[in-house]
Amino acid sequence: MNFIEARKLVHEYIRRDEEGNVESILTAVDQVDLDVKQGEFVAILGHNGSGKSTLAKHLNVLLKASGGSLWVDGKDTQDGDNLWDIRQNTGMVFQNPDNQIIASVVEEDVAFGPENIGVPTSEIWNRVEKSLKSVGMIQYREHSPNKLSGGQKQRIAIAGVMAMEPKCIVLDEPTAMLDPNGRFEVLDAVTQLNKEKNVTVILITHYMEEVIRADRVYVMDNGKVVMQGTPRSIFSQVDVLKSYRLDVPQVTLLAHELRKSGLPISEGILTRQELAEALCQLY
Amino acid sequence: MLRDITIGQYYPANSVIHRLDPRVKLMGVLSFVVSLFVFRGLAGFVSVTLALVLIIHLSKVPFDYMVRGLKPIVVILIITVIFNLFLTPGEPLVEFWKLRITWEGLEHAILMTIRLIYLILGSSVLTLTTTPNQLTDGMEQALKPLNKIHVPVHEISMMMSIALRFIPILIEETDKIMKAQLARGADFESGNLIKKAKSMVPLLVPLFVSAFRRANDLALAMEARCYRGGDGRTKMKPLKYCRRDMVAYVIIGAYFMAVVLLRMFLYFGR
Repeated sequence: MNFIEARKLVHEYIRRDEEGNVESILTAVDQVDLDVKQGEFVAILGHNGSGKSTLAKHLNVLLKASGGSLWVDGKDTQDGDNLWDIRQNTGMVFQNPDNQIIASVVEEDVAFGPENIGVPTSEIWNRVEKSLKSVGMIQYREHSPNKLSGGQKQRIAIAGVMAMEPKCIVLDEPTAMLDPNGRFEVLDAVTQLNKEKNVTVILITHYMEEVIRADRVYVMDNGKVVMQGTPRSIFSQVDVLKSYRLDVPQVTLLAHELRKSGLPISEGILTRQELAEALCQLY
Repeated sequence: MLRDITIGQYYPANSVIHRLDPRVKLMGVLSFVVSLFVFRGLAGFVSVTLALVLIIHLSKVPFDYMVRGLKPIVVILIITVIFNLFLTPGEPLVEFWKLRITWEGLEHAILMTIRLIYLILGSSVLTLTTTPNQLTDGMEQALKPLNKIHVPVHEISMMMSIALRFIPILIEETDKIMKAQLARGADFESGNLIKKAKSMVPLLVPLFVSAFRRANDLALAMEARCYRGGDGRTKMKPLKYCRRDMVAYVIIGAYFMAVVLLRMFLYFGR
């Protein structure tokens, strides 16, 4: 069984008027099938309002499905008894770094998760040190989070999740509020965790450049999964992506335009180096 | 201007005061505050001042950093002084028009100013040298007996620590909103008091909205990290008394007794 398995997952936001009658129903997640293996790096891509964040909140059981089924680590998310097990095994990092840091000292914030699940004191210290090292923030352990940059705060948030030793991290647009430097910092930390500790990573984003690192990509639009595959196969369909109001990386776009105007370059070029090599081979 | 508030901010340093158990510090602040309202006469004043100076020196927090924390209470201080000066009956010192300053009024005004300043300085030593988490841990431990009569001690202390954590963030946000409104021609400075208060509305509304949004996000983040109340929680830094805490308790006790005895001695001596 896969680590995450969703079958025809549906989530509806129901708006009621004052008497409790249903006023309107918004289907944010519509019949989604999702399969993620342990240790995979999966990106979920979508425009604003495509339902990707709603989907992410299901993986941590912050929201419950209106229909369909979702199994995380072999446990049914509809069963209330599994709630804390699932939350412990799938950590979640949110968009705004300020709104997810609870303590006023970095190391105490990282310890918040282990404290909640009842880890003994000496083990908490081990875990805090290990997870701060794994995101390269150990030298800031006694600092106040207020004085750190956005990228650093987000790495602290990741460390806080890692200290619970989850099998999977769900990152819900972790870089949306960061500058380019901060974005690289955070993505590097996440990639490293994925490669070295074999943590399953699910990255929700609308930045195309971040998706290149993933093993597989899901594209969502209007609550539905409309495309899935490797980054290369997704980005080779430039026109389809555009119809979902998504941009491709500039290099890919350039390659695509060159190809359209007659140069024999293969589709799905992701990096500058690849484009340079492809161009060199022409002459 | 809003960044000057130092109450509730932690000042990291390595000092004896920083290392003390928060329960000891709470007890210390409590007895210091009581002693402020108990002391009498020059001897009492000297001992209270000495205690404060010694503690501030030991805490290694720069003195001017602490004094900055007094700025927000200047207005309160001035009001107290005016009321005490003019409204205390007694032997007149100076008289003009309909106003009269009495000796007693002068004495009250000076005493009250000293008390308020010392009160702020003394309690800011607590918050400057104790991380909010430690502080609330200390309160949680000290108030634990109240759990038996169904006072949600853990929840209260959690709320307090979160409130303290968000003070600087909300202050920064206020600054930002203020600048944004100023850029669009809002005027916070001119006009009388009522007009000034009215001009605060475009500042407070967005601030409240964003505070609620933050609260919502934070609750979600806490739940995602398995927070489910105080039961079954362990601590990264559990509170344990060691020798210096016991010594500190003795010193606090001795200080308190000294101030009380001084007062009784002076009181009967009069």
